[in-house]
Amino acid sequence: MKRPSWLLTLGVALLYVFLYAPIVVVIVFSFNAARYGGPWTGFTTAWYGRLLDSPEKLLAARNTLVLAVVSTLFSTVLGTLLGFGLSRYRFPGQKLFSWLMYIPVVIPDIVMAVAMLMFYGLVRQTLGLFELGLATMIVSHVTFQIPFVAIVVRSRLVGMDPAIEEAAHDLGANAWQTFRLVTLPMILPAVVAGGMLAFTLSLDDFVVSFFTTGPGANTLPILIYASVKRGITPDINALSSLIILASVLGTIAMMLAERRQEPRGTS
Amino acid sequence: MAQPGEPGSLSSPDARAAVEVSGLSRRFGSFQALDNVSLTIREGEFFSLLGPSGCGKTTLLRIIGGLDLADSGSVAIGGEAMERIPAHRRPVNTVFQSYALFPHMTVAENVAFGLRMKKIAAADIAERVARALEMVQIGSFASRKPAQLSGGQKQRVALARALINEPRVLLLDEPLGALDLKLRKELQVELHTLQRRLGITFIFVTHDQEEALVMSDRIALMRAGQIEQIGDAEEIYERPRNRFVSQFLGSCNLIEARGWSPGGAGESLAETPLGTLRVEGGGAPTAGRESFTLAIRPEKLRLLPAGETGENRVPARVSQVIYIGSESHFQLEAGGRPLLAYAMNETRGAHELEPGASLTVHLPAASLLALED
Amino acid sequence: MARRAAAEVRFGEQLTPRSELLRSALVSGPAIAWVSLFLLIPLVAVVGMSFLTRGSYGQVGLPATFENYRRLAGYGLLGYDPLYPQIILRSLLLAAGTTLVCLLAAFPLAYFIVRLPGRFKNAALTLVVIPFWTNLLIRTYAWQILLGPESLLARLASALGLAPAGQPLYPSTLAVYLGMLCAYLPFMVMPLYSSFEKLDWSIAEAAMDLGAGGPQVLRHAILPQVAPGMAAGVILVFIPAVGQFVIPDLLGGAKTVMLGNAIQQQFGASRDWPFGSAISFVGMALVMLGLLLYARSAARRGEEGLL
Repeated sequence: MKRPSWLLTLGVALLYVFLYAPIVVVIVFSFNAARYGGPWTGFTTAWYGRLLDSPEKLLAARNTLVLAVVSTLFSTVLGTLLGFGLSRYRFPGQKLFSWLMYIPVVIPDIVMAVAMLMFYGLVRQTLGLFELGLATMIVSHVTFQIPFVAIVVRSRLVGMDPAIEEAAHDLGANAWQTFRLVTLPMILPAVVAGGMLAFTLSLDDFVVSFFTTGPGANTLPILIYASVKRGITPDINALSSLIILASVLGTIAMMLAERRQEPRGTS
Repeated sequence: MAQPGEPGSLSSPDARAAVEVSGLSRRFGSFQALDNVSLTIREGEFFSLLGPSGCGKTTLLRIIGGLDLADSGSVAIGGEAMERIPAHRRPVNTVFQSYALFPHMTVAENVAFGLRMKKIAAADIAERVARALEMVQIGSFASRKPAQLSGGQKQRVALARALINEPRVLLLDEPLGALDLKLRKELQVELHTLQRRLGITFIFVTHDQEEALVMSDRIALMRAGQIEQIGDAEEIYERPRNRFVSQFLGSCNLIEARGWSPGGAGESLAETPLGTLRVEGGGAPTAGRESFTLAIRPEKLRLLPAGETGENRVPARVSQVIYIGSESHFQLEAGGRPLLAYAMNETRGAHELEPGASLTVHLPAASLLALED
Repeated sequence: MARRAAAEVRFGEQLTPRSELLRSALVSGPAIAWVSLFLLIPLVAVVGMSFLTRGSYGQVGLPATFENYRRLAGYGLLGYDPLYPQIILRSLLLAAGTTLVCLLAAFPLAYFIVRLPGRFKNAALTLVVIPFWTNLLIRTYAWQILLGPESLLARLASALGLAPAGQPLYPSTLAVYLGMLCAYLPFMVMPLYSSFEKLDWSIAEAAMDLGAGGPQVLRHAILPQVAPGMAAGVILVFIPAVGQFVIPDLLGGAKTVMLGNAIQQQFGASRDWPFGSAISFVGMALVMLGLLLYARSAARRGEEGLL
């Protein structure tokens, strides 16, 4: 019972290989000189160079970043307020609403995507608003990010000693001062974590972007999907490798930040 | 807000009253935390709310501080009605049981918080913070975070953070509850000295009877949302009104009396299982009551050699002896019921009483007290 | 007095019902309004749309009928056609199969990680989490390379006589399953891991002391303790798997059309919004049903729900 058997170790090793095979193969093939994929013909970094020459890909990268940054800013503010509001103030129908707010978390993303597509279409026909493009993508991303931020922030608020906020009031702080000087600094780690989660969700999203984007507003995932549909090319592998690198670094940073938080969180 | 039929609440607010509470009730679901409580706390006194957990003492403190609202009744602080004043505008400050220090601020920033809220100039704040930290002897910890402090140090910060605002009343919610015994004793003395020096009214919540006796000018003993008795330490200890008070504070022998006859001036004769006992001017009126309870503290009993007879003298047998250094505790049996007696060990071997030994117990008439229930 | 009895104090603040409502409107209001406007109302519109009729040019209008649901049930204009019932069933089977495979793989993995010494434990967990945060689309198309005609796996399969030489192993059901397992395994490992971490091993050891064999220990001493983690993992895998669209799209063919692909087709090429809405509603209903079952089983165990 104390030492895992060699069979278990082997099985686990195979699972790790299985999880990392797709990631490794993309990175390896991004250095393959062969033009149309296929067998290994030699090492090259040419495909990375090609990325810089492609205005289409640079624009998609810019769109992806703008989308992620702007939607994260909006959703972090709105989600933090929602998490705070739901845990501190009650209102009629609150239970129902706090359930409804989780719908974006559990609903299949394709259903969410077509619902939004249809909504924008109907509003456009009647009011002339919501021309599909970067703006509609931002609105859509904020919508599915809000509950994730709210969940993270709320779980932190629930664990807080109510006496701390009472102490602030007792010492003469009004509601706003208490929030700004005491509550917010204390939940800041959760706000940052929620924001990072929202940012990653936005970067990762393909389905919602695919349905709510318009002409000229490609993101990297949309671009990759389109290219894959035409046949995988080495420069897409190079692009994907860069995205993978960013994800790996981001994940490690997040895990380290979390670990550094722990000793202080217990006090 | 005057409660008709409630004596005391009809009088105009006493200018010398720091806090006046009248007719407060508070219910949490089916639990009655406070039941029509009225109370006046004088300017500059060290007032303790004492009682077992769940008696409503913390609820009362929180309502005075504005951290909870009563279902009915009123609170006045310094003669001013508080019903529409929120916590952050009341002239009181609280020291919380969990300390409730702001974990992201340094000790100095914690202490400065109240003054910052009052928009006091930064230079003034720095000076007053330094003084407040000196006052509670933690000047050298000013730049530490709360997580780096011990429990006792945290409590000192909490105290400085509240006192720096010069509140009219300081509310302390079991502030020493989380500390170990030795530190608690030290801080008891310190708190007491500090209160005397500053002259600020302290309302101190505790479930520790010794703590309340040591520190307070007056004590309100609470049970089940009601105040059982208010008085200074001696009054509550020497003249408990009922069984609960007599038992909660220290130990007390209770003797059921089934009848009485008037004796001379201010005295009566009670029929008890120990025989007829003379009671001298003590406690609740017994006229017209079929049965009542007599109380006598264990240290008031006199242990005499066996065979002595006389007024209020009862033969007894020793069933257990507990030697605790300065005194000995004797578990006695008299008239088929247990009696507890304490005796000072004035000389070495003063009480060479073994279990099983016979003796006579004297219950002095002046120490017997009739209770209300 | 009744006036004040209505007010409440929480977190040190006195709030009358009116002031609390105002606070809620100010603090929770914007986010609730946002999600309501851009998701809840559109979802209601989807339900409404599913009862409308598509005109010959893709325009939408009355009459309101159950026609789309009849068609989904297999009763189309041309008589009975099991195409859509098959799609629904296939999606459910794929989601259930994925969940089962993930559970079987995640169980030993989570067990292995939790028994590692501290430092390695964190590293092993981080290694599971990294793919989780890596773009799903990329990890999915990578399987096209891994299963390509000249890949190691394809050559192995043809050498064993399982597949013709020079042919890719996708599109196929197997490819879809591989992609799904790769995508959802981390979702299962993480809740299982946290259950294992809280597990009281002394119960398992006591069971062994009492002479229980391996399977008995597992069944009576370990499974009951990790049941909450398993339930959370099942829900975390099953729900997104039902609506998965990218993986069947890239790794499956005509034989593996799932709910997600059918929805995409109706909103894309076929331009039949009412019918697409009907399929979407069914997808939503399936997910809600799953959640309801989960919530009931969690309530039976006396726990807080996943959320």
